[in-house]
Amino acid sequence: MPMIGKPIDRTDGRLKVTGAARYAAEFRLPGVVHGVLVQSTIAAGSIAGFDLSEAEAMPGVLTIITPDNAGKLQHPEHVQQTVPGPLLQNKDILFNGQHIAVVIAGTLEQAEAAAAAVRVRYFNAEAATSMDALLSQAYPPKHFRNGARPPDSSRGDPDGTFNSGAVKLDLTYITPIEHHNAMEPHATLAAWNGDKLTVWTATQGISGAQATLAGQFGIDKSDVRIICPYLGGGFGSKGNTWPPATLAALAARTVKRPVKLVLSRAQMYTSNGYRPRTVQKIKLSSDIDGRLISVRHDGFSSMSQPALGEFSEPVALATEMLYACPDLAVTHRLVALNAPLPTYMRAPGEASGVFALESAMDEMAAALKMDPIKFRLQNYAETDPHENKPFASKALRACYEQGAQAFGWDKRSAEPRSMRDGNTLIGWGFATSTYPTNRQPAAVRVRMDRAGNVTVQSGTQDIGTGTYTVMTQVASDALGIPVQRIRFELGDSSLPPAPVSGGSQTVASVGPSVQAACAALIEKIKDMALSGGGWRGQSREALQIRDGLVVGADRRVPIGALVEKSGHPFIEVEVQTKPGEEKQRFSMHAFGAQFAEVRIDQDLGEIRVSRFVGAFDAGRVLNAKTASSQLIGGITYGIGMALLEETLVDGETGRVVNANVAEYLMPVNADIPDIQTIIVPNDDTTSNPLGAKGIGELPMVGVAAAIANAVYHATGVRVRKVPIRIEDILV
Amino acid sequence: MADGSVTRRGVMVGAAGGVVFSTPRARADENPPATDAIAVKLRVNGEALHLEIDPRTSLLDALRETAGLTGTKKGCDRGACGACTVHLDDRRIVSCLTLAARCEGKHIRTIEGLSSADRLHPMQAAFVEHDGFQCGYCTPGQIMSAVALVKEGHAGSDGEIREWMSGNICRCGAYPNIVAAIRQAASAEG
Repeated sequence: MPMIGKPIDRTDGRLKVTGAARYAAEFRLPGVVHGVLVQSTIAAGSIAGFDLSEAEAMPGVLTIITPDNAGKLQHPEHVQQTVPGPLLQNKDILFNGQHIAVVIAGTLEQAEAAAAAVRVRYFNAEAATSMDALLSQAYPPKHFRNGARPPDSSRGDPDGTFNSGAVKLDLTYITPIEHHNAMEPHATLAAWNGDKLTVWTATQGISGAQATLAGQFGIDKSDVRIICPYLGGGFGSKGNTWPPATLAALAARTVKRPVKLVLSRAQMYTSNGYRPRTVQKIKLSSDIDGRLISVRHDGFSSMSQPALGEFSEPVALATEMLYACPDLAVTHRLVALNAPLPTYMRAPGEASGVFALESAMDEMAAALKMDPIKFRLQNYAETDPHENKPFASKALRACYEQGAQAFGWDKRSAEPRSMRDGNTLIGWGFATSTYPTNRQPAAVRVRMDRAGNVTVQSGTQDIGTGTYTVMTQVASDALGIPVQRIRFELGDSSLPPAPVSGGSQTVASVGPSVQAACAALIEKIKDMALSGGGWRGQSREALQIRDGLVVGADRRVPIGALVEKSGHPFIEVEVQTKPGEEKQRFSMHAFGAQFAEVRIDQDLGEIRVSRFVGAFDAGRVLNAKTASSQLIGGITYGIGMALLEETLVDGETGRVVNANVAEYLMPVNADIPDIQTIIVPNDDTTSNPLGAKGIGELPMVGVAAAIANAVYHATGVRVRKVPIRIEDILV
Repeated sequence: MADGSVTRRGVMVGAAGGVVFSTPRARADENPPATDAIAVKLRVNGEALHLEIDPRTSLLDALRETAGLTGTKKGCDRGACGACTVHLDDRRIVSCLTLAARCEGKHIRTIEGLSSADRLHPMQAAFVEHDGFQCGYCTPGQIMSAVALVKEGHAGSDGEIREWMSGNICRCGAYPNIVAAIRQAASAEG
C-alpha cells in the first residue's frame, strides 16, 4: 500500500499540541537581551534629530541604535528575498511606521518602556497617500515578475473588436490593502560568534535569509546559519528577509550579546509587506451565444516609494490563460505612495485578479441570461490561448461537474432575489479558480544508519503546510520502509538548499528530490550488496529493496547490516533535482471551481456564508488529511477577503488606523460554515515527477468572486469591491 | 480590574514617563520602583515557581521569557487573538492582559501541564486526529480554550462550539477541524 495520499496524522502533531514545537522567539540563549523597534509617526520627510536623554537614562537600557550611529550595511544585488530598507542607513522618512531606531535593554519590559520614551523631531513633507488621486501618474513596473516577463501583453486586436460584440461591459473593481496577520509575530534571535552569525528567525525561506544577511554584513554565506524548524504562519509575509531580522543581527553585533527582536502586532502592519490595493478595469465583449470576442484587463496596484524596492500585484496573468478568446490585452501599472513595500500574500495576483475577472464573467453571464457555468464552458480553453501551448494537464471540466453536483447547482433559480427562506435572502454564486504550477531546484540528503533508520534532510520549510509529514510519506514509498523509521529534517540553512516556501512550490520542488535521493540511496545499497554483501558478481536487477531488507534470489539481508559492514555510522547520498524543459513546452496550472451560498437578512443586510463547496484539480495529493486542511484554510482566507478584511490608512497621516487584530477583521470560528472540498484525481507527472500541482494558494482564488456573485444573486446588488459590507447592499 | 488596582497599561504609561505610576488605591509604599525586579510566587502546572520579574511583566511574558514555558503563545499582546489562553484557577483567561504579579498564589495551568508523561489529554489527541491546526502557533491557546469550553458546558452543539471558540483566531483556517476535534473530545468525556 503506498503511503503517498494516505491521511496520516502530522508527524509534528504531537509537538504542536503539547507546546513543545519551538518557534523562532522561543530558543533560549544565555545572556540574551531584548530589542524593540521605534517607528516613525509621519509618512514623508526626514528625521531632524533625536532626543534620547530620557530613554538612555532608563534602567536596563544598553544602547539605542539610530541612523546617527547605526553600523553600515551593504545592499546585496540580485539576491532573492532581499529588500533595500528601511535599515537605519539614512534619515529619510518614506512611510508612516518606518523603523527609525532600535532600543536594546536587558528585559523586554525595559526595552518597551525606553522605546516609548524616544523623542524624535521631523522635517515634515507632503505625503502621497491617495491611490485614486494619483492613478493618472501610474507607471509600468521595472521588474515585473522579477523581470521574467513584460508587464503588458496582448493577442489579436481587443480594442478594435470590442465594439463588434452583442454585449459589452466596461467595469472597474477595487480590492483593498490586506495584511497577512500570521499568528506568530515576526521574530528574530541573533547571535554572533566572532564573524559567524547564527539567526533563529521566522522565515519562509532560510536560503534567502542566509544570502541576504551574508550580503548585508559583508560576510561569507557559510558564516551565516539560519534556523527555523517551525513557522507560525507566513502567507507570504515571511518570504522576504525583512529589515527587522537584519536589525536584530545589527543590534547583536553592536551590544556583543545575543538579541531577541519580536515585532508587536501593530508593527507588523508596516514591517513585512501586505497585499497592495488594486484598481482593475475590465472590458468584456461577447457575442449573443456567449462566446467572448474581446477581453481587456488593466490592473493598477499600490506601491511604496521606489527607493524601498518594487512589488507589482500580477492581477491579470490568470486572465491571459483562463478563457479562449481571440483578442485580449492585459497591462500592469504601479502607483507610488508614501507606504511600506507591498509583497506576496496568499495567491498574489490571482486572489485580487480573479475576483475582478470572475465577477465580470458573472456579470456577463447575467447580461446574456446564461447560466454562469455554461458561459464558462462556452469559452473553455482546451489549450493555453495566450502562449499557444498545451496544458500539462487540465481537469477543470471535472471540477465544474463535481462541484456543481455536490453543491446542487442545478436547483438554482437564475433570477436574483428569487431564493429565500422567510426574511432571509439566499444567493448561490460560482467562480473559477486557477494558480500556476511552480517548481525550482531543490537538494535533499538521505541517510540510513546501522539500525536501518532513515534521516531525510532538506533546507526547506514547513510553514504549516505539512512538509515534515508529506516528505516522510514520499520517502517511505521511495525506500519501501515504514514512516515510523523515517525522520525528515528541515529549517536549517546548513542542510542542502531548497527554495522559498512560496508560490505553492514546496512539494513540487522538494518532493521529486526526495524521490531521486531515495532512488540513489537504493542504488548505493545495491552497490554495497554487490561488492561486499555476498552477492558479488550477481546481477543488480536480481536484487530488490523492501521492508528494510536487501532481497536476492537466495536470501535476504537487513540493510542495516550492510551499513555496519561498511564500517561507517551511516550511508548517505545527496541529490539535487530541477525543472526540465516542461515549462517551455507546456502551460502548467492547477484549477478549481468554487461554489458559495450566502444568507442575507433582507432588512439588516447582514451577510453570512452558510455553505461552501470547492472542487480542485491540484494534481497528486500527498496526504488527504493535510491537503483537506489546506483547502479549507484557503477557502477561509477567501471568505475573509470577501467579507471582512481591509487595512484602513488615514489620508492625512498615512498611518494604518486598524493595526490590530480586533479592528482588522479576520474570520473567526463562528464565521466559517461547513466547507466541502473535493479533489479531482489528476496526477500531473508532466509538470513534475511527483505529479503534484501545489495546493497552498489555489483554494483561496475565486472565493471572493463566488461570494460576491452569490451576494448579487441574493440581492440583485452588484458590489465591485471587497470586502462587501452591509452598507454596500442596503441601497 | 475595575477596583482600581494596578493594571499593566497604567504601569506602562507611567514607566514610559520615568515615574512609578499606580492608580489611586494601590499603595505607593508597597510598590517598588517599576523597573526593579520583584519576587513573585506562582503555581504553574502544580509546581511552585519563584520568579524575579519586573512588576510590569504580563503573565504571558513571565511564562515565556522568565519561566521558559514557551508553549503559551504571544499573537497580539492585546487580548484579541486568544493565542495566549491559559487557565487561571480553572477559568480560561488571556495571559497577555494579566499581570504576573497579580497571580500570586493562584493556580495556573498551561499547555505544558495538560498532558501527563506520555499520555496526551483527549483534547490534544483529538486535535491531532482531526488536524485541528496547520502552523500550530494558535494551537495551545485553542486547546486550552477548548478544554475550558467543555467544562463550561458550551459544547452542546457545533454552533455553540463555534460561538464559544471565536475568541481564538486561527489564521490557517482550521476551524471546521477544530470544531470536529472538540465535538469528539466532549462526547468522549460524556
